[in-house]
Order: sequence, then structure tokens, then C-alpha cells
Amino acid sequence: MTAQTALAAALDRQPPPAGGFSPAIVRLEVRRLLRNRRTMILALILPVLFFWGFGLNKSYVHERAGHGNVSAVEMISIALYGAVAATATCGAMVSIERVAGWSRQLRVTPLSPAAYVVIKMLTSLVLAAGSVAAVFLVGALTHKVSMPAGLWVITGLCVWIGSLLFAAFGLFAGYLLPSENVAQVLSLVLTLCSFVGGLFIPFSQFSPDLQDFARFTPLYGLSQLVHDPLTGGTVQWSWIVNLAVWLAIFVTGAVWSLRRDTARV
Amino acid sequence: MQTGGLLKDLTVAETVEYTARLFAVSRPVAEVLERAGITAIAGRRVGKCSGGEQQRLRFAMALIPDPELLILDEPTQGMDVEGRRGFWTAIREDAARGRTVIFATHYLEEADAYADRIVLISKGQIVADGTAAEVKGLASGRTIRATLPGADETALRAIPGVDGVEVRGDTVLIRCGDSDTVARQLLTQTPARDLEITSRGLEDAFITLTGDGAAGPSDRNQAAT
Repeated sequence: MTAQTALAAALDRQPPPAGGFSPAIVRLEVRRLLRNRRTMILALILPVLFFWGFGLNKSYVHERAGHGNVSAVEMISIALYGAVAATATCGAMVSIERVAGWSRQLRVTPLSPAAYVVIKMLTSLVLAAGSVAAVFLVGALTHKVSMPAGLWVITGLCVWIGSLLFAAFGLFAGYLLPSENVAQVLSLVLTLCSFVGGLFIPFSQFSPDLQDFARFTPLYGLSQLVHDPLTGGTVQWSWIVNLAVWLAIFVTGAVWSLRRDTARV
Repeated sequence: MQTGGLLKDLTVAETVEYTARLFAVSRPVAEVLERAGITAIAGRRVGKCSGGEQQRLRFAMALIPDPELLILDEPTQGMDVEGRRGFWTAIREDAARGRTVIFATHYLEEADAYADRIVLISKGQIVADGTAAEVKGLASGRTIRATLPGADETALRAIPGVDGVEVRGDTVLIRCGDSDTVARQLLTQTPARDLEITSRGLEDAFITLTGDGAAGPSDRNQAAT
């Protein structure tokens, strides 16, 4: 082959469509995820146990709340906890990939960073869907959750899509922290946020001071919003502002830490 | 290719498929696995693969975009003998199909056995460039051993290119740079028979050419097709 035809062949190389994104890669990433026992426990088994253990007691089942009972409120809370745990751990898996040198490997392929982030987001959404479905299934099978059929669908979808907030957080943490610390930091942050966000103990039972503080934490806005279709209150601007601000913080953080990581090579 | 860069929780075939999906045009996964000699372990988790198997997997990944030139830096470092042999068999078979492979190595026997062309670089300077046999000849010459009753030592020394002659009874040992000329002369001009031409190792050549053994990893060996 002459130099000229070799050059022509080299110039012929097409960049992959969609920056290298393909559903097949998401499928491979999901398969990887299913092999990770710790992630499965954190995202699927733990929420189911929490809900089974705390959400279905007699007083919750008999106490009305909005259009359903308190067990329904609990179900949504725990489903949200499971879903954000799922998306956050998925996002944070990039830290393992960094240590393994896989991120560096990917950088010599035509895969664009944006396409990679989309792949990670979709992968985490698959796991989050599993987490929400598992908790909702327990609610449905035990016949203790009362909520209009339409609300099962609406709140389920809200929780599912809303959990993307923590996928951004997971990526942020995964690119920023050394991999040995990511898991601990993540579960600490998740537990604290879920607690002050009112997912474990109802927000109304907090002291006034704690309530004031909790309004500024990452899961507060999202939690209020996904419960609203059931509880039926008016949507408050402060919830939306809370969600929007935290989303902006996490996405900016993820983009920044990704750039920082890429610069280092 | 480098150490690391693989995900332990994917299988060999999945890793290659992952890579293939990132390129607009790629060779089929099955073909690439076959070429790298890892079809038999396609279903194995990467974390359970030996160093040699992982290196062949990296080789398979490199084949996905069907490059015309492959550059390998110390590809067999830390591999056991069997792994190294399997790896090189795969590389040679691939090179035989028309791909150019350039590799750098510490293992000089490897360059000797698997490279078509060797370039020795010492302190930034090319000190030798040729086939393994040529490079070895450059440095240390070859030894011709022949049966030649009643050898005339002075006459043998007079042949161009001869560095030294040793007569041991009916056997002569001739050290020379250009063994072809000397051999031709021996076979046509003298009754010499049972000619044996041997070269000294590439390692000797390396040490001679680079001046000192402490030159470090400065050799670059090319295997061109």
C-alpha cells in the first residue's frame, strides 16, 4: 500500500454515530452492574427490606394520607431512597473504572465524553427502575398499600426520573474521590440526605430547627415533589427551586470533575 | 497496549464487543477473538484471565478498528513463557496477513525469534538496523566451522573479512564479519567440507553495539511484514 492510499484510508475513518453511544453498550453496562453484588444489595434488597420492615405496620396501613394511606407515603419514600442509591452507586462506578485504567482506555477510542455520560445515566436508570419496581411490587403483593391505580404509575415514574439527580452526584463523587473512599462517602451522604429529606422519618416530626435546615438539603425538594400527587397539597416553588439548584450543583460538579480527570490522563 | 485498562467484571467477548461498538467500522468480534487466539476463553471473566490472556485480549481490542500499523510497547512484560509464546504466535499470524507491527522489548530472544527487522537504538542513536541475523553479524560476526585437512592458516587469514583463524587438527574455526564471502571462498577454492555457520546471540550483539550493558531499555525492535 502506498503512502497516499494509506492516508486516504486513514481519512476515510468515520466517527461513530451519536459519539459512540449505542443501546448495546448500555446492555453490557447493565450486565456488569447485575454482577456487582454490593450494588444489588444496596439498590434492590435493602429498600425492599426497609419497606417490608417499617412501611407496612398496622398504624400506617390504617392511617389515611391524602388519596391513600401512610404505607403508600412510605412506599414512595423508600422507593425514592432505593432509586437514588441505585443511580448514585452507578455513577460512582466510574471511580473503579478510573483505577482500572478503563477510562484511559476509552479515551483512545472515538467515544465522546458526553455519550459516555449518557450511557452511564441510562444504565443507572435501568437499575433505578428495578429498585422502584421491587419496592412497588412488595406494596402491591402485600395488599397493604392503598393508592389510586393512576397514582402508582405517576409517582413511580416521578421517583424513577427524579433519581437522575443522584446519578449526577454519583459521577461527581466517582470522578473526584479515590475509589476506596467513594463507597463510604456515598452511603454516608445518601443516608444523611434521605434522613433529613424525610424519607425515613416523616418531615412533620422534625423539630422546627431541623425542618428549616432540611429545606436546603438535596433530597427535600425531590421528595416533596414525588409525594405531592398522593398527598395532594399545592406544589411549592421552594421545592422546585431546591431541586433545580441541587441538580445544577451536581451536574456542574460532574462536568468539572470529569474535565479535571480527563486533563490528567 | 498497556497494563490495566480492562474491566474485571466483563467477559473477554463482552470487552471486545464493547470496544467494537465504539467504532463506526469494526471487524466482527468473532473474527478478532479468533485472530488473537482467545476464542476458547471468550466467556471467561477478565478478572480470571492470566496476564498473557489479558494481553491477547488487549491485542484483540487493538484489532477491532483494523489498523494498518500496531505499536506495542513491552507487550510481554510480566508474562510467563507459555503466555508469551501464545501471544507471539497470535501476533505472527496476524502480521502474516499483512499488518505491520512495531514492538519494543526487553527480551532480546523475543526480538530474535519474532521480529523480521530489528532496530537497535542506543542513547537516541540507531546503532543497528536489519534482520536478526544481520544485526548479530554486525556486532560479533559469525563463526564458520569446517573440516579442512592440512589447512593453510595464513592463506585463510588473507580472505577478506576474516577476523581470526584457529586450527584444531582437521577442523578450522574462522571468525568473520561477512561469513557468506568466506564460505563461498572456502567451498570453491579449498577442499573444505561439513561447513557450519553459527552466529552469536543477539544479546552479545546488543552489548557490543551499545557499548555497555548498562545502556538500559534502549533497544527498539521492529517486526515488519
